[in-house]
Amino acid sequence: MAAATPTSYTDQIEYTNEMAEFSPEVVEEMRSHVAKYPPERSRSALIPLLFVIQRERGWIDNPGVNYLAKFLNIEVTDVWETATFYSMFNLKPVGRHHIQICKTLSCKIMGEPEITGHICSKLGIKPGETTADGKYTVSLVECLGSCGTAPMMQIGFDFHEDLTIEKVDGMLDELA
Amino acid sequence: MEIKAIGCEPLQLKRVLIENGHTLEVYRETGGYKSLETAFGMSADAIIQEVKDSALRGRGGAGFPTGMKWSFVPRDSPKEKYIVCNADESEPGSFKDRYLLEGDPHALIEGMLIAGFALGAATGYIYYRGEYNYLIDIMDEALREAREAGLLGENILGSGFSMEIHTHTGAGAYICGEETALLSSLEGFRGHPRMKPPFPAVEGLYASPTVVNNVETLTSVPQIIEMGGITWRDLGTEKSGGTKLWSISGHVKKPGVYELPMGYADMEKFIMEDCGGMLRDDKKLKAVIPGGSSVYIMNAGQIVGKGVTLDYEGLVEAGSMLGTGGMIVMDETVDIMESTKNLTEFYKHESCGWCTPCREGTDWLVKIFDRISAGGGRPEDAQLLLDICDNIEGKSFCPLGDAAAWPIQSAVKRFPEDFRHWLITKTNGDLN
Repeated sequence: MAAATPTSYTDQIEYTNEMAEFSPEVVEEMRSHVAKYPPERSRSALIPLLFVIQRERGWIDNPGVNYLAKFLNIEVTDVWETATFYSMFNLKPVGRHHIQICKTLSCKIMGEPEITGHICSKLGIKPGETTADGKYTVSLVECLGSCGTAPMMQIGFDFHEDLTIEKVDGMLDELA
Repeated sequence: MEIKAIGCEPLQLKRVLIENGHTLEVYRETGGYKSLETAFGMSADAIIQEVKDSALRGRGGAGFPTGMKWSFVPRDSPKEKYIVCNADESEPGSFKDRYLLEGDPHALIEGMLIAGFALGAATGYIYYRGEYNYLIDIMDEALREAREAGLLGENILGSGFSMEIHTHTGAGAYICGEETALLSSLEGFRGHPRMKPPFPAVEGLYASPTVVNNVETLTSVPQIIEMGGITWRDLGTEKSGGTKLWSISGHVKKPGVYELPMGYADMEKFIMEDCGGMLRDDKKLKAVIPGGSSVYIMNAGQIVGKGVTLDYEGLVEAGSMLGTGGMIVMDETVDIMESTKNLTEFYKHESCGWCTPCREGTDWLVKIFDRISAGGGRPEDAQLLLDICDNIEGKSFCPLGDAAAWPIQSAVKRFPEDFRHWLITKTNGDLN
């Protein structure tokens, strides 16, 4: 979100003219998103396409953004304008497993601090950090819409709910 | 987690509670798509009148009468018209739409088709919050089923009416639940709200007439057409028609999604009996946020023995609002200064940054809360928080600013002891 978006994002981005390449299947998938909107409104597909870039490239990187700008026939800055607004887009690389723990009220009062403390001490990192081997990133995020099964977290796109220390241990063992 | 209807037959939850309720086969076995056929035999005016008669009010939080919203669309306009479903459910405490999207996707498709037929729209979009990505596959499959069965696309059921519906995803921005911000986002831009007027009904998506409705609002539409607006309304009260989904979380034994008739009596019974009572028997009820984080927090004294009815009017009378029906229950272990700080951090994070009162105001509020919780509270801080809230409330570009101010204003007023503890006990001063 903008308020949480440091104006220095532009300083963090390494600009390059390099252009990402994608397999024909991925290009086809991108076209299927664009087909949902009127032809002159293809920019509407930008957010879904940024998710494709993030999945394929691991994060929103400059070559990926260059590709999208060309693909949608918009400016590179148009793509950055949108990409920097939304909290789900990673503007720097994250670990292979992105653990996002919900920190908003219902999760908070149902045990989020213990869960976060446990995960962080087990992985030896703080919220917002990535393990040295690049395997895990832990983030604290705002409400994920699963308050009835608090505390909860999301790893990638998967919801993990009604968390207990034992459950979290099992999950981390599975990912290891 | 519980999913059940109390005091009424499950309507919203009808298929959510049945195995494979998300499939076209089960949907049709349970009466699905009959309302669409009925609607095809009605005039647009008659459909809109039924929705008006039903007293259905928007289930996304604002509670605007749906029939009236529909009637604002200039149906004779030569422009394309759009039906957009707001599935950006992001209000802390609210998680009801998720179960509809997962358990009854065809009800949403049918509701959108009826809306599209009434308003002359040929295209619909369902805007999912990015975190609900895993639900999109379920909807895409339902759309595919509908398309194959001739329920979507060209000349639906031989009626001559054609409509296509697509799924779309956001990417983590609470503000996109505000309808004009959602439209900016759907056009591929930052989720900034737009000036109103023009309202989306006149100039919405791609500057064309657009109706934006919440998931639960649209899934109500087939029920209304099936049983008639008046009959549906009478399930609830005269001003708050039908049934409503409530999301309950926090310190209760049985959190979950409950369907209640509007006007359900009463709130205390609902929490203490239907939801199993307090999570820990030895801990007393302290506070409830009844309608999602953006509404006034209530203390136990406003609920216990007060006979609060669960509908729009009942909750206003009791000193809060229905909002999205996302009820967060807190026991006496919760410090209300800390819970309010938690929500203020949420609003600061989610402020889109477009207007100054909200962007700067929420930032300052969090700075003050941080200082208080670090032990640096001053007696004048309660007033300082309220002053900043006064400078946000009613002065921000969209309702997010109000939503940030209301929890603080009500918390300071209704839980003075919790603030006194941080501002006086720790600083030895006087709290005004």
